Amino acid sequence: MRDVTLTINGAPVSVAVDERTLLVQLIRDDLRLTGTHVGCDTSQCGACNVLVDGEAVKACAVLAMQAEGAEVVTVEGLAAGETLHPMQAAFREHHGLQCGFCTPGMIVAGIDMVRRLGPQLDAATVRAELEGNLCRCTGYHNIVKAIQAGALAMAGAVPGSGAVPVAAE
Amino acid sequence: MFAFAYHRPSELADALAALAASEEAKPLAGGQTLIPTLKQRLASPSDLVDLSGVTALKGITLHDDALVIGAMARHVEVATSPVVVAHLPALAALAGLIGDPAVRNRGTLGGSIANNDPSADYPAACLALAATIVTDRRELLAAAFFTGLFETALQPGEIVTAVRFPLGGEGTYEKYPNPASRYAMAGVFVWRGGDEIRVAVTGASQGGVFRWAEAEAALAAEFSPAALDGLKPEADDMIADIHGSGAYRAQLVAVMARRAVARLAAAR
Repeated sequence: MRDVTLTINGAPVSVAVDERTLLVQLIRDDLRLTGTHVGCDTSQCGACNVLVDGEAVKACAVLAMQAEGAEVVTVEGLAAGETLHPMQAAFREHHGLQCGFCTPGMIVAGIDMVRRLGPQLDAATVRAELEGNLCRCTGYHNIVKAIQAGALAMAGAVPGSGAVPVAAE
Repeated sequence: MFAFAYHRPSELADALAALAASEEAKPLAGGQTLIPTLKQRLASPSDLVDLSGVTALKGITLHDDALVIGAMARHVEVATSPVVVAHLPALAALAGLIGDPAVRNRGTLGGSIANNDPSADYPAACLALAATIVTDRRELLAAAFFTGLFETALQPGEIVTAVRFPLGGEGTYEKYPNPASRYAMAGVFVWRGGDEIRVAVTGASQGGVFRWAEAEAALAAEFSPAALDGLKPEADDMIADIHGSGAYRAQLVAVMARRAVARLAAAR
């Protein structure tokens, strides 16, 4: 067992873990943040996407020890109280989900897209960028619309600063 | 996963010492292949030496005649680095085709070539660009480094520290990705500089990445897609698995090669 110390959704934590512990196991089993999902457990589906130092990673393919000293943000850390992150709000507004299992990873992927590519995302770009996220319900159409709208909404906020209120439509 | 001890040194010497301390120790780069491999219990290292803290393995530097990319440069960095985009655009484009965005945020050049997966993308670029693989103790041309399926010339405890890509000429990479894994079903990197032409093929051969000599000879006579008409690698030498037969992969190699040549010819 080793201590791993990191920041999770802004709060410092230190947890004794077996070296074999995956980051997603630390998040779900030790920290009880179950918004991050395990879909395939083989790096294909992206349901376990979280932000590590601002970048989307597949938490099923990273050891908890590799996140030592990192700032990890899960889907639970995006909203500010009752105010959804613009990307979350866009998924609700555009009905970018059905069962919702893939949604936390989709939202994290969307935020990562905006960080790398900016807020102006055409549909083809979003579809290509979603190659690492699988949805078995929606056919992706509304997910693409949600990410495009969320990206524009984020442009009104300070990038990477977490949640800001979204103007009512 | 089987149990292992985890180390994250910040100095190269400490990483090498940790690797030398156990015959069963393994370096951990981005982990995008190694962690899934460990999860499937296909490897059981005694120690994992995480190289992510070793600054000496990072960075991309432009020299007069070459671009030197640190082993721990992540795919996203190679894909978006202005210096790579400006001087080796085909290499940047190739890096942007690896896996998916989250994988590219973690996976590294050094990890990819040290693993030498027969379907990985970087080995094709290293062969076609005649890159030099720099390790902690020597330098090897890519042709000597890649020795077979998941096999390299690396000795126990030896790690890749950087890759030196010569500048000059022009190249392009065409890939047919497996729709699920994004690994190459066939990937062909075509490069030419003056009279010299190199065609490197990944994803297809049972022997891993290879130079396709017949295609190179045909293109030397006439650099056009038509020059490759009727040419295919030997189907019996290609990988045959649930994703495709040897004949299918041989056909894909031929198609990817013609597309790459067409794109290079059009760019002139």
